[in-house]
Amino acid sequence: MKDLGFSISKSRTIDLDKADLSVYQKIIDKVPSAKLCLMCGACTATCSARNHTDFNFRKIHLLFRRGQFDGLADELDKCMLCGKCRLVCNRGVNTRAIVYNMRIILDNLNYKRIK
Amino acid sequence: MKKTDVIIIGGGPAGIEAAYDLARNDVQVFLFEKEDELFGHMNIAATLFPNFQDASEIRSLLLQKTKHNNIKIFKNTGVAKVHKDDKDWHVQTEKGEEYTAKAVLLASGFKTFDAKYKEELGYGIYKGVITSVEFEEMYKEGKILTPYEKKPQRIAFLNCVGSRDEKVGNHYCSRVCCINAVKLSIEAKKLLPDVEAYCFYMDIRMSGQFYEELYRKSQEDYNVNYIRGRISEVSPTIDNRLQIKCEDTLSQTPLKMSVDLLVLMIGIEASEGTSMIAKQVGINGEYSFAKSLSLHSADNKTKNEGFFLAGTCKRPLTMPETMADARAAALEIGYYLKGVPE
Repeated sequence: MKDLGFSISKSRTIDLDKADLSVYQKIIDKVPSAKLCLMCGACTATCSARNHTDFNFRKIHLLFRRGQFDGLADELDKCMLCGKCRLVCNRGVNTRAIVYNMRIILDNLNYKRIK
Repeated sequence: MKKTDVIIIGGGPAGIEAAYDLARNDVQVFLFEKEDELFGHMNIAATLFPNFQDASEIRSLLLQKTKHNNIKIFKNTGVAKVHKDDKDWHVQTEKGEEYTAKAVLLASGFKTFDAKYKEELGYGIYKGVITSVEFEEMYKEGKILTPYEKKPQRIAFLNCVGSRDEKVGNHYCSRVCCINAVKLSIEAKKLLPDVEAYCFYMDIRMSGQFYEELYRKSQEDYNVNYIRGRISEVSPTIDNRLQIKCEDTLSQTPLKMSVDLLVLMIGIEASEGTSMIAKQVGINGEYSFAKSLSLHSADNKTKNEGFFLAGTCKRPLTMPETMADARAAALEIGYYLKGVPE
């Protein structure tokens, strides 16, 4: 068929019926405090990497929770694992361990880096 | 005997608690209840937040209190008219009988929001859409089922139905629904450990002792999921489930999912009795609730001498707040009857 230069754009909607929510369960198994995250954004506000890049731990954590993994591997590379975020978390979430485990899980799932 | 010290309108927790405290102080009380059963909305509850106390315990405690010799209960007795002459208060019942008292306490409570007004949520249209009251009744029966008698796999709770909503004319927060949604989601998980529970919220308001802890417990021990976003569309799926749509505002992305049950956390409004009587004696306040003399310093008094208020006829209140307010009202009425100066 002749390529007319049109394509169907991918849905921007999170469809929880199709999302694989079992992946996040692996995070919970490793880091039980992940369940307590309120998405307040204190981690993102204090983040060293956030000062110089658009790294947003709060948002990455949420997308991971919802089973939306596209592009997250690249994003997670920006974290330096300094752990400042863990110090400010008012719910005692081990944010650093979440980043660490998200990286491992995405690698195991062979989520390719775009860059 | 058609004459007494105090007439209490409403046989819910506030009315009974105030009646008992007055009776213990040798005050003769007539308590009018329009239904054939006492306890008002307490009849619906299976358990109470935040400690999951069995509501039947509270009901039997209240029932015990109504047995006091100084209290006379009139069930099936709706009040039609309340007015004052230069000395006494006169209360006319719907049956046409007239009773006289030195003081009247309005404890006529609230009603729940009629979810049919939020048509986009499909209540009364799709079977799987139910109210928080109906969910609590199912839990009380000990089985939570889909309308097709199946075990639900996913339940969604939607907060602020009829509250904080300009479209239905209720700008205020009903205050109890957030805590109740957390309670109901835990109840769902207790009865059906495999069910996925999702709470949709605009804000989670957990002010009050142990409520924030309850919220934390729902996440830590029961894996309840919270999504910040208001469901604005509900439609049926081909397999008799419901598809709900909202924005996951924290990821700034539209979100959809299918559920077996959508539980609408319906808000609190002034009951018909509350708005009618408040209007008759000229104390009708905002949103048809009864208006006290001063929110901060005279919350049980009204501008009418000898006419007092207790409980949710004033505004949405939790159970502990209602009980405390009823006891405060009893104290205030005691002062009034004895003529204790300010």
